[in-house]
Amino acid sequence: MNGYYAGGDPLVDTKDPGGPLTERWDKRRFEAKLVNPANRRKRTVIIIGTGLAGGSAAATLGEAGYQLKVFCYQDSARRAHSIAAQGGINAAKDYRNDGDSVQRLFYDTVKGGDYRSRESNVYRLAQVSAAIIDQAVAQGVPFAREYGGLLDTRSFGGVQVSRTFYARGQTGQQLLLGAYQALERQVAAGTVELNTRHEMLELIVIDGKARGVVVRDMVTGAFETHLADAVVLASGGYGNAYHLSTNAMGCNVSATWRAHRKGAYFANPCYTQIHPTCIPVSGEHQSKLTLMSESLRNDGRIWVPAVAGDTRDPALIPEAERDYYLERTYPAFGNLVPRDVASRAAKQQCDAGRGVGPGGLGVYLDFKDAIKRLGRETIEEKYGNLFDMYAKITDEDPYSTPMRIYPAIHYTMGGLWVDYDLESTVPGLFVIGEANFSDHGANRLGASALMQGLADGYFVLPGTIGDYLATNPLPAGIDATHPAVLEAEAAVRERTARLLAVNGSRTVDSFHRELGSILWEYCGMERNEEGLTKAIGLIRELREAFWADVKVTGVNEELNQSLERAGRVADFFELAELMCIDALHRRESCGAHFRTESRTPEGEALRIDEEYSHVAAWEFAGDGAPPILHREHLGFEHIKVQARSYK
Amino acid sequence: MKITLRIWRQPDRDAAGAMATYEVDGISPDMSFLEMLDVLNEELALAGGDPVAFDHDCREGICGMCSLVINGLAHGPEALTTACQLYMRHFTDGQVIDVEPWRATPFPVLKDLVVDRGALDRIVAAGGYISAPTGAAPEAHSVPVPRKDAERAFDAAACIGCGACVAACPNGSASLFLGAKITHLGALPQGQPERDARALAMVEQHDAEGFGGCSQIGECTAVCPAGIPLDMISQLNHDVLAALPRGKDQRG
Ligand SMILES: Cc1cc2nc3c(=O)[nH]c(=O)nc-3n(C[C@H](O)[C@H](O)[C@H](O)COP(=O)(O)OP(=O)(O)OC[C@H]3O[C@@H](n4cnc5c(N)ncnc54)[C@H](O)[C@@H]3O)c2cc1C
Ligand code: SF4
Ligand code: FES
Repeated sequence: MNGYYAGGDPLVDTKDPGGPLTERWDKRRFEAKLVNPANRRKRTVIIIGTGLAGGSAAATLGEAGYQLKVFCYQDSARRAHSIAAQGGINAAKDYRNDGDSVQRLFYDTVKGGDYRSRESNVYRLAQVSAAIIDQAVAQGVPFAREYGGLLDTRSFGGVQVSRTFYARGQTGQQLLLGAYQALERQVAAGTVELNTRHEMLELIVIDGKARGVVVRDMVTGAFETHLADAVVLASGGYGNAYHLSTNAMGCNVSATWRAHRKGAYFANPCYTQIHPTCIPVSGEHQSKLTLMSESLRNDGRIWVPAVAGDTRDPALIPEAERDYYLERTYPAFGNLVPRDVASRAAKQQCDAGRGVGPGGLGVYLDFKDAIKRLGRETIEEKYGNLFDMYAKITDEDPYSTPMRIYPAIHYTMGGLWVDYDLESTVPGLFVIGEANFSDHGANRLGASALMQGLADGYFVLPGTIGDYLATNPLPAGIDATHPAVLEAEAAVRERTARLLAVNGSRTVDSFHRELGSILWEYCGMERNEEGLTKAIGLIRELREAFWADVKVTGVNEELNQSLERAGRVADFFELAELMCIDALHRRESCGAHFRTESRTPEGEALRIDEEYSHVAAWEFAGDGAPPILHREHLGFEHIKVQARSYK
Repeated sequence: MKITLRIWRQPDRDAAGAMATYEVDGISPDMSFLEMLDVLNEELALAGGDPVAFDHDCREGICGMCSLVINGLAHGPEALTTACQLYMRHFTDGQVIDVEPWRATPFPVLKDLVVDRGALDRIVAAGGYISAPTGAAPEAHSVPVPRKDAERAFDAAACIGCGACVAACPNGSASLFLGAKITHLGALPQGQPERDARALAMVEQHDAEGFGGCSQIGECTAVCPAGIPLDMISQLNHDVLAALPRGKDQRG
């Protein structure tokens, strides 16, 4: 395609055991080899990341008797970005007796992902979901409860059953503290060596297998190499490529991108989720965006003034002059349509001049009716902390005036390609949580990321990694003097020195901001060929300018936040180009990926299954060389593929 | 707005530090305090200076990473608010603002406003958990938890582990942090078997890290962004006193 990419061989998931869907996970676990308990302490696994995925995996593998070396960039494992998840976690418990089941969670997830995920993986996710809740409760996670003492649930965007468990508006925090405490317990038990303020900058591959990492001690600047039998990346998503997102400031793609350059295929990088309910940008200085949990859409009603350019105070706009456009267009789901639909609808209203607030980039989320119906106290109880956060940031009181919301980048479905065992195309490199591409297809349902991260870490990886460890120990005699180790370390030193040497005239942040606005404009809520080709050109130019003119202050041998950011932004540049190429190759609309060229006569997203029912897994072919596309075909035997309609 | 900042600068752990004065102009009231520091840092970088190092990550008040003493108050003047959720509209044009790191013996300064809070993790490792190996959990509904207990546990579990309570305490005590964890796990039926051992082990680690004792002054709860109340320290004392005669070893 115009030289942007090259075609490669098809890719097949050879670990999928096949057979009846309901029995595949049991079958795989039974067939997987086990490491003798007495030998486990002789096996070391490196884990990058202490979020829900990495934290739960490290705790579980430590309990099983393996030795772990765990890294995170924050000063404590408890601060991984999972801590910020608000809304909840799904599980097919059917405590409500409302027709939920493993089958329905499976169905909802595949449908929600717009038929771009693997049946086997999603079914397994639904199967283990219930055990996650049991595990968290046993750890003391204080989920919301009914007066009878049983767990409360609520329904969450895009589904019609009530299967979302929550802990006020701080579900991610509470689940992460559960995993973190289990992890610290293993630290005390001596199975986990925890290295905080350490950033992974390179993967070490020896004889084709992942055997270690190069990390930088973020306090002293020292480069360290660590070797192990296997490496697990649990480093989270890459939403910060857009500069402004709901992710924490430090979220980055470096761990997965460095692995990609060492042979791990990157799958579906263009599948990025835009969350409909975030606080709008307030000005140039904006450093990040804040999410308002979509649980708010259970009770809030979304509207804009019916007439473009109506700048009256919302309280003065009578009912008849308001357009509750989601309720009008999607009567069956109303305000609870999936995220991509809600986001695009908001953008269309704003593009039509009916947006509210500064720059017209906002729509109202109104609780007046809910407060009338349920009372302020109930609303306060359900959403109090979210309302407080909104008031703190905007200086407006959402109890008396409607919130203003606008879509923002929130989650990345794309990530490193993994097979059924969660192993990447580099043997011995496993990828879990948001960092992999596995379960959400082209669009993730609300409250399913926490479920997936914990499913991967508590249950799936511990069930599969033993098969690799049993037969692929790090060969004796390999140590830090191995040429591949020295080469990886030298590459990191060289790159760091290069960043510091530019000494140009623009700050890292100014480049990041510009990169983000290119991506948001051309590879955001709507994409098309013209915009994407333009974006690729702009990104390449900007990347060149970055390496010629960036100003990184200080030296390596110190705590240097400018250097940390520079390394991350350099990787975002490379990823950004691949995101656009992936978006360009996929000339269909599916899930969060909306190509303006591919829509129904009513303007809704139009999938093209005959051509695009595949995972796009990209192989790195060298700097400047077009990446190679490997397609993994997606077949659906257990679900009837339909147009995704929420009308 | 124009702001004069007096900021603690310290090149590394072993170096001596001092306050340095900076002026920033063009600050909007809608900026967060950290965004105001971003503006300063961009200016410093372009002018060939050394930007101010400060910890932050989520900028939503939940990760507990930001840690600034602003005009003598941990997390600044607004109640129930972390430094990252503090907005410049709470300051006035022309104001002089002092910015310092958490100060406590167990929190050595690593650079400028960045400190090492690893001691808090070590307190958790000493016993701040419920031993529930993965796979061993019973069905979640097998143990109903009275709603008020679940709520009490949540109120305590909301602690973000920032360490502001330590920074504010004249004794440098981490009792509020400790009390929050003891209360969280102790309020739940799942937390009972290890309750005594947990209290004793965590307190022992707390003292070993060099945190001071609690004399019920209450500065901690005044600055706590998560609203952890002082009675959770009473709960801590209660649990420790109850556990002492029984000893730590009933775990086995
Ligand atoms: C504001 C917000 C609200 C959300 N709400 C929900 C919700 O209600 N329900 C839901 O299901 N999902 C929600 N999500 C999504 C969900 O929180 C995330 O997808 C999930 O928590 C990711 O977990 P993780 O373990 O994969 O990664 P993270 O929690 O992001 O952890 C990444 C870890 O990797 C480490 N790391 C990263 N890069 C490096 C590196 N180079 N070197 C060393 N360490 C590194 C970090 O230090 C960290 O420990 C929300 C997301 C956001 C942003
Ligand atoms: S008790 Fe409050 S001040 Fe202390 S660490 Fe927890 S949240 Fe921070
Ligand atoms: S930066 Fe996370 S709490 Fe302030």
